[in-house]
Amino acid sequence: MKLNSLLATLALSTALTLPGVAMARPVTLTTTLNNYGGDGAYLALYVTDASGAYVGSLWMAGGKSKYYEHLSDWYRATGGDTAQVNGITGASVGAGRRLEITLDLADALFDAGYTLHIDAAVEDMRDSPNEVAVPLVTDGAGTPVTGRRYIANFSYDM
Amino acid sequence: MIRTLHRWPGLLALALVTILSLSGAALSVFPVVERITAPQVETGLTVATLADRIQVVYPGVEQIRRSPSGRITAYWFDQGAPGAAVIDPATGAGVASADPNQTLRWLTNFHRSLFLGDGGRIAMAAGAAAMLVLSLSGAALVARRAGGWRHWFASLRGPFAGRLHVEIARIAVIGLVLSSTTALWMTASTFDLLPDGSVLPADPTDVSGEIGFALDQMATLLQTPVAELRELSFPYPGDATDVFTLKTDRGTGYLDQGTGALVAWADLTGWERVSETIYMLHTGQGAATLGLVLGMMALGVPAMGVTGVLIWLAGRRGRPRIRGNQPAGRAETIILVGSEGGSTWGFAATLHAALTAAGQGVHVGPMSGFAPERYARAERIILLAATYGDGAAPASAKGFLDRLNATDRAPDFPIAVLGFGDRSFPAYCAFAKDVTAAAKAKGWPELLPLDTIDRQSPQDFARWGRALGEMLGIPLDLAHQPVLPRTEQLTLVSRRNYGAEMQAGAAILRFALPSATPWQRLTGAGFARFQAGDLIGVLPQGSAVPRLYSLASGRRDGFVEIVVRKHPGGLASGQLTALEPGDTVRAFLRRNPGFHAGRGRTPLILIGAGTGLGPLAGFIRGNARHRPVHLFFGMRHADSDFFYGEEMPGWQAEGRLTRLVTAVSRGARRSYVQDALRADAAQVARLICDGARVMVCGGRDMATGVSDALAEILAPAGLTPAVLKAEGRYVEDVY
Repeated sequence: MKLNSLLATLALSTALTLPGVAMARPVTLTTTLNNYGGDGAYLALYVTDASGAYVGSLWMAGGKSKYYEHLSDWYRATGGDTAQVNGITGASVGAGRRLEITLDLADALFDAGYTLHIDAAVEDMRDSPNEVAVPLVTDGAGTPVTGRRYIANFSYDM
Repeated sequence: MIRTLHRWPGLLALALVTILSLSGAALSVFPVVERITAPQVETGLTVATLADRIQVVYPGVEQIRRSPSGRITAYWFDQGAPGAAVIDPATGAGVASADPNQTLRWLTNFHRSLFLGDGGRIAMAAGAAAMLVLSLSGAALVARRAGGWRHWFASLRGPFAGRLHVEIARIAVIGLVLSSTTALWMTASTFDLLPDGSVLPADPTDVSGEIGFALDQMATLLQTPVAELRELSFPYPGDATDVFTLKTDRGTGYLDQGTGALVAWADLTGWERVSETIYMLHTGQGAATLGLVLGMMALGVPAMGVTGVLIWLAGRRGRPRIRGNQPAGRAETIILVGSEGGSTWGFAATLHAALTAAGQGVHVGPMSGFAPERYARAERIILLAATYGDGAAPASAKGFLDRLNATDRAPDFPIAVLGFGDRSFPAYCAFAKDVTAAAKAKGWPELLPLDTIDRQSPQDFARWGRALGEMLGIPLDLAHQPVLPRTEQLTLVSRRNYGAEMQAGAAILRFALPSATPWQRLTGAGFARFQAGDLIGVLPQGSAVPRLYSLASGRRDGFVEIVVRKHPGGLASGQLTALEPGDTVRAFLRRNPGFHAGRGRTPLILIGAGTGLGPLAGFIRGNARHRPVHLFFGMRHADSDFFYGEEMPGWQAEGRLTRLVTAVSRGARRSYVQDALRADAAQVARLICDGARVMVCGGRDMATGVSDALAEILAPAGLTPAVLKAEGRYVEDVY
């Protein structure tokens, strides 16, 4: 799934595209789900700063906001505010399928203590907040990380 | 209007509502199974104890959930590997897999979206909307047909498909309305059209920073019974700022992991409660028995679909194309049709063809299109008017009376009204009578007095046609048979003669049972299944119009028996009374469910005269269970037409006939059957007040006389024959 990068840049909150910093680079986020034997998974991809505070959302896989409460960390951090994912929302991701998003991320997000989180939830199965938590560091690009329950591997490439 | 609203959504959405109802019925089983198989929780168990038990077994427990059925599931991590199981609350240990049931998952997705995502969800919601429209319009039709909402469960008459359709509908409609409205609500909720999202309490800012407070000491958990639990989420291991999240039937709260204190709480909103109740009503999760009942009701939908299509096809077949129909402005004869099911159009087509053959210019149209100013060349107008339900205008006559009453003066050309109906209904031809009265009130000249056709009788129609022909000075032969059923050959095996010497010969004719094909036996078609009170249509040689006779026997008797009197010049009765054993006639069976004795123990009052005794004698002969039966029988002369006179003493001795009262109209003491009723008024009234059912069979004049007599007899008790008819306790088979 390729995302119009202009749209992504516009849609991301200013926190991720720090004011006055024009430097940004395209980053591809690849999430592959394992065969967990359930319906499509809802995934929230978002970033927290060094203190663990919510900074902004990168992507929401899953269109029905009534189910967002099951992405419990994201939901508590944002208060379930759908404005956080306006324009960066896509379909839920089926078991065994892959979600690939490319967006322009500000250089300042890297090597500065920011962490990328993925919350996952599947209907009638366990909620899995913080399924993945990876620090955003330039060296970490291309290194796959395994999720706790639903995500077989996740990696970001620049 | 309502019928249109019922027919088209029904035909268009047939496939969709069938899929919805079948998958819904299948899904309704799961909550019951879950309810039965879920390990039971001991009464008084608190969340504190349960969570503690589970944590002992699974130290890495992250979340405990309780489904509405009471099933408890725990999710944990053990050395980095995720685990989940259905928990036995008595031990805290897993007893079954928590993996989703793949069949249930498949059915659920099929039921709500046909695996087509949001587009499929919208299509299924449209199916639910169609189901709702069908249920409501169908309920209105049932009420109209029965003569009001109070008669919702009134007994039904008419063709089998129509009766089955309504029988299922009036039970299932409640469930279908409930299932479809809740489905629409749930769809609206899914698409975020309702403000029923959950509200979480504000993030706790002030936590102790401690960890390790014992689960079984936490006050809130100790106060929460497991029956109220929905979900308990544990804090992340090692994160002292995180909290326990507790969701119950009342709301959501956060618990400090260092002190056990409740640090935040939010109640469920009203919208959430409503949505959850609706979810429960629709899915049966938390109300398994109700769900199963709704599922059973949903199973009626495919049956209603099939019978609905059959009704629609029958209506289409019954409405023939009229060849050479003249425009209203050029026709000399205007025929207007007021028809509900379409059968009256067939009569109109026959009349149109006969008049056209006689050189007339004829226009046929619906009564609702009544426009006298357009009938420039009209010399006469003929209305063929059926009646709907309790005397209402049939579908194609809507607005006729209003339009007639709104005209300044009636047209100059004369009018004839022919009513179509069923005498077993209390409001027999009521609409035709209303139309006649309205025309009289407007001073509209009359071409022919009001006449009526009982149960589409071809004889009645042919007789009326002859009267019309005489009036117009043209020979008019109206041979109309709505749908001529396949006839079978009946062979006479014996006959008993009555009164041949008095020039009014009559006979009890007994025919052999025709052999039924395996298909007939399976479906009960034709003579494979019949009972006393049903009719046979006999096709006399030299005529296409069948004559109907009431059956005096049922299939179980092993023969086909009728009582026939020879009418002077009567084609069918002449041929029948001339039959000798071994001779054959062609005949078909027509069911007459409105005139069956039925099962049960309620006493019967049978009233008949002449050959009308036939079906009544059949009831008595079949009364092996000694139901109380009182027979009032009127005859002309005991020597000439005391049909079944030989059997009566035996039937009385065997307990099949409780009491026999006879009235002889041509003898020393002239007495009619209604006189016999009056003489016995006290007992008749008492029997009827105690619930007895009245069945009358015979000539029209006799039936009128009986009805008048019963009206007198019942007046002191505050009952009328009309009330009894509406309750199905007073039925007539009149010819």
